[in-house]
Amino acid sequence: MNIHEYQAKQIFAKYGVPTPKGIMVESVEAAVEAAQELGGPVWVVKAQIHAGGRGLGGGVKLAKSLEEVEALSNEILGMTLVTHQTDAAGKLVQKLYIEDGADIQDEFYLSVVLDRKLEMPLIMASTEGGMNIEDVAENTPEKIITIPVDPAIGFQGFHGRELAFGLGITDKAEQKKIISFAQKLFTLYMELDAEMIEINPLVRTGSGDFLALDGKMGFDNSALGRQPEILAMRDLTEEDADEVEAAKYGLSYVALDGEIGCMVNGAGLAMGTMDTINYMGGTPANFLDVGGSANAETVAKGFEIILKNPKVKAIFVNIFGGIVRCDRIANGIIEATKITDINVPVIVRLDGTNAPEASEILKNANIANLIVATDLGDGAAKSVAAAKGNN
Amino acid sequence: MSILVNKDTKVIVQGFTGKEGSFHAEQCLAYGTKIVGGVTPNKGGQTHLGQPVFNTVSEAVKTTGATVSMIFVPPAFVGDAVMEAAEAGIELAVIITEGAPVKDMQMAKAHATKHGMKTLGPNCPGIITADECKIGIMPGMIFKKGNVGLISKSGTLTYEGTNQVVKAGYGISTAVGIGGDPIIGLSYNQLLPMFEADPDTKCIVMIGEIGGDLEIQAAKLIKEQITKPVVAFIAGQTAPKGKTMGHAGAIVSGSAGTAKEKMDALEAVGVKVVVSPAEIGKAVKELLG
Repeated sequence: MNIHEYQAKQIFAKYGVPTPKGIMVESVEAAVEAAQELGGPVWVVKAQIHAGGRGLGGGVKLAKSLEEVEALSNEILGMTLVTHQTDAAGKLVQKLYIEDGADIQDEFYLSVVLDRKLEMPLIMASTEGGMNIEDVAENTPEKIITIPVDPAIGFQGFHGRELAFGLGITDKAEQKKIISFAQKLFTLYMELDAEMIEINPLVRTGSGDFLALDGKMGFDNSALGRQPEILAMRDLTEEDADEVEAAKYGLSYVALDGEIGCMVNGAGLAMGTMDTINYMGGTPANFLDVGGSANAETVAKGFEIILKNPKVKAIFVNIFGGIVRCDRIANGIIEATKITDINVPVIVRLDGTNAPEASEILKNANIANLIVATDLGDGAAKSVAAAKGNN
Repeated sequence: MSILVNKDTKVIVQGFTGKEGSFHAEQCLAYGTKIVGGVTPNKGGQTHLGQPVFNTVSEAVKTTGATVSMIFVPPAFVGDAVMEAAEAGIELAVIITEGAPVKDMQMAKAHATKHGMKTLGPNCPGIITADECKIGIMPGMIFKKGNVGLISKSGTLTYEGTNQVVKAGYGISTAVGIGGDPIIGLSYNQLLPMFEADPDTKCIVMIGEIGGDLEIQAAKLIKEQITKPVVAFIAGQTAPKGKTMGHAGAIVSGSAGTAKEKMDALEAVGVKVVVSPAEIGKAVKELLG
């Protein structure tokens, strides 16, 4: 789960990680009031969406007067921001963060992520702040320093020294500040079950202070149950409505661009089904994992979500029942045909636990548009043919 | 022969009396697995599915001599359960539970390693040696005995792969589900050498997916250590960048972790890479003749 910059900064402030002062607003009037409260003389008006690259997309701008704050807020609030991290349709800006301008001397990059190879958190830092870190990694990898921190020992002095010297910070007072900054960041990373924290840029001001000018945080979904304060920060308007709706029913759904809707049990087989459709010359319209506890209701819901997409020309139901029982899926399909008007061909492949019973149930139901497939390859081929109108 | 588990392996179940634990322990018993007891705190002394229940893992190990634990406890308690098993002297923990916090798994795996305990999972279907021992949630009836070893991140692709191997006229020695989480226990690079050393395994099927670089590491190991033929499928060639595809670990970030990168690396070391799981059976047949 991701949160907004202003929320990340609330968390930073709580843990003593320094940030410029700022106020989140949802209207132009409130933006001007916020600017007055902050005092100025310079403000930054920042679009709050869950995607990076906001600056380049025109969603972050400097204001030197209250009039400019008003004009820029008017411009940014309600705009649809397209960045390299959004899709082509972009994201609607519904919230702004009005922030004090900072006296920027240098820009750094600092992040904490999980290193899957080392199986522990990794602090990454660079003197190349404000740039896209993927580009830095690609072009000048020597400018990125990486410091793994074993959670069993926590953030120690030597981690801090590696960071400070690695960034070329030589002033002793500044060293102390950057080490304390990173230590607090690591503490909150662990305590809040964060998946990643990225500060880009982290700036050094003219007075030698370090400030988090930006803040991006993602959290481990599996740990949200014990992080109620983080869960409360979830902004559903930033997430895909169909994915959210699907999740309510235990379905894992991701929309794609193609024509063949997929309903599969298990994430691996779901991806494998998409790949097979592609291999056979078709295009998958979605990823959909019905999960281990699929029943008639969830299957019916799955059909409803898939059919919302007008591009779908056929649906391939591919189930290899382990824990999932095929007869339940078969009943789900029948149930779905009663609730939803399924106006495209449905290709069904059911294998594994209770497959013979399922095949009997489907045969007796006599559903129009239903095509039975014998295995994965056969099902994908029939789906591709059906989507092309050759069934 | 087989790898890791066989008909003599003594197994306990952590989370034995819960709904999931009970259902699957019963299925494993029916398959022939030697489940010798289970652990549920405050239910010690009871009998469940004809087997003794203990309050702690150490008590269960001392009394039954079990070497493997199958873990079904709820996600929030998985880390604790794994560490308990490690200290009690369990040799292999098979973690079925889905949705364990990543932080807990970092701690638990480090602790398991310190105590010399191997782990499988979490979020995996388990391990099965055909006709001998099933520790997990897979449908036992599809695993016909034979000479193909299988390693998979995905549960249902384990079944799909097995089904094809069997339909092609072959069978399975041992099939291992390693799980699709960001932090997992035994992986390709520990399991491939075990299959290489197992005289009953003649061919290895390896099923991976997008995200991380375990498959890339496996390619390096295969080049140096594996002489047996390997068939591989990598799921997620059509997955969009930056989206988590069901498994928490299945995400392509930047240019790293793509299916293509992994497929190329495996192909370069002589692995027979198939572009669809529907081709696994055919590929095994080609290699085994």
